[in-house]
Amino acid sequence: MSATEQTAAEDVALKAVEASDLSVVYGQGDKAVHAVKGISFTVGDGETFGIVGESGSGKSTVLRVLAGLNRAWTGRLLIRGREAEKRRPRRSYRIVQMVFQDPYGSLHPRQTVERILLEGPMIQDMDDRHRRVQRVLYDVGLGKEFLYRYPHQLSGGQRQRVAIARALILEPRLLLLDEPTSALDVSVQAEILNLLRELRGRRRLSCILVSHNLAVVAHVCDRLIVMNEGRIVEQLEVAALRDGAAQHPYTRQLLRASGPYDRATAAGLVTYD
Amino acid sequence: MALLEIEDLWVRFPGLRGPIESVRSLDLSVGREKLGIVGESGSGKSCTGRSILRLLPGYASVTTRRMVFDGVDLAHASERDMRGIRGRRISMIMQDPKFSLNPVMTIGRQIAEAYLVHAGDDSRAARRKALEMLAAVRIRAPERIYDAYPHELSGGMGQRVMIAMMLITDPDLLIADEPCSALDVTVQMQVLAIIDDLVQRRGMGLIFISHDLNLVASFCDRVAVMYGGQIVETCAAAALHEARHPYTRGLLAALPRIDAPVAALPVLDRDPAWLELL
Repeated sequence: MSATEQTAAEDVALKAVEASDLSVVYGQGDKAVHAVKGISFTVGDGETFGIVGESGSGKSTVLRVLAGLNRAWTGRLLIRGREAEKRRPRRSYRIVQMVFQDPYGSLHPRQTVERILLEGPMIQDMDDRHRRVQRVLYDVGLGKEFLYRYPHQLSGGQRQRVAIARALILEPRLLLLDEPTSALDVSVQAEILNLLRELRGRRRLSCILVSHNLAVVAHVCDRLIVMNEGRIVEQLEVAALRDGAAQHPYTRQLLRASGPYDRATAAGLVTYD
Repeated sequence: MALLEIEDLWVRFPGLRGPIESVRSLDLSVGREKLGIVGESGSGKSCTGRSILRLLPGYASVTTRRMVFDGVDLAHASERDMRGIRGRRISMIMQDPKFSLNPVMTIGRQIAEAYLVHAGDDSRAARRKALEMLAAVRIRAPERIYDAYPHELSGGMGQRVMIAMMLITDPDLLIADEPCSALDVTVQMQVLAIIDDLVQRRGMGLIFISHDLNLVASFCDRVAVMYGGQIVETCAAAALHEARHPYTRGLLAALPRIDAPVAALPVLDRDPAWLELL
């Protein structure tokens, strides 16, 4: 870590993410698709921030921009006070890490858990790699016996724990989670959500959780934005969401649709464009 | 009177260390009602649904003491008899329309085909009926969608097309295997309303397979909870929240709730005794 980064990391008032007028456009001319339409938001240091929306709302695109996986963006983006470039330097991945939705697709099928976890520290030229692997495995609640297993020998929940360990081993300051529990059974989802809350308390970690499930976001996050059609329709505290203080009709409809099935509720649903 | 009665159903798959029992000694009776089957992945709920229509692969061994659908003995029906039942009298909606629709055939032809196979060869009647069904599942421009290909539709539209296709033959029993889990919550509720209306209007029976306990509790009349291949508990859907079995209670407790925040969600503590044959 350079001297400037060191001081930056110590600065508690530093924001984890500051995005202003962030847009993502695919294609050109008449065929251009505006996936994200000039959104602005900030995520505080140590904060857990939720992005909620339905498919096509642009929520995953925002996350991929933050992760450096999408370069088709315009606007201004600061990550921990530093201007984010389109093409990220290798070091930046020590700061930002991502956990993907499907633990069945995101782990290399022919590599052992140890090999999967070692890759990041090797690329980043970190010391003491084997001790780090054992410690991070312990942190996500898996024993040493998992080191030499292959992904197909693990359950869905264990795989997602390995995927979280792979992100955490680089000791990132910002963890991006894209629907981390939507492929899991509810009992396993509960374990992973508990783990995320626990890790957030133990490490100085800012998180951004993207999900279509309002209850999951409300359980883990402090604050959230609701997205629709590439725009932020509402930004609110989770406490306000719980109190039924959501203002925008789209958010209120999302809440109703997340609740129990009701014929009258179904009839009252409208499309927001 | 029950529409479908199953007694002592077993489904086994060959495994390296002896057969794997996916469904164990299952008894089920479905009338003209909405019956939900809930459980986690691997609990045997989809296997149960598929074994009714004999859709499991050849290497699966399915045995049952009795499986009777509206007077027809499904356990001993010939393959020819099954073809007359599948799609016409009992039909099935699968989870993901993206993988269940033929990508190189227009929507209308696929729906009309379902009609032509079972109800004669009047192609003009088939077209009219297909358009009617598209309107019934609230597709706004049936004529346009009739000539569209599956990739031109959204997920919710695709699932409605599947429903149209499955109901065009006027079946008596519909098996829906996670029909909305690939859909957004608002679309999910709209699709459920369509299934709800059609089932009620036609007096059909519905077996609704899902992992979502709250959804099933609010949508169905009765719920069967599966664990380890068995039905561990059956209760009225409205009374699911008073369920007795520790597995059912554990599943309900593990769900995060917007209105009732907790620091840590209770994790399911699986008792090996739950796997014992009841």
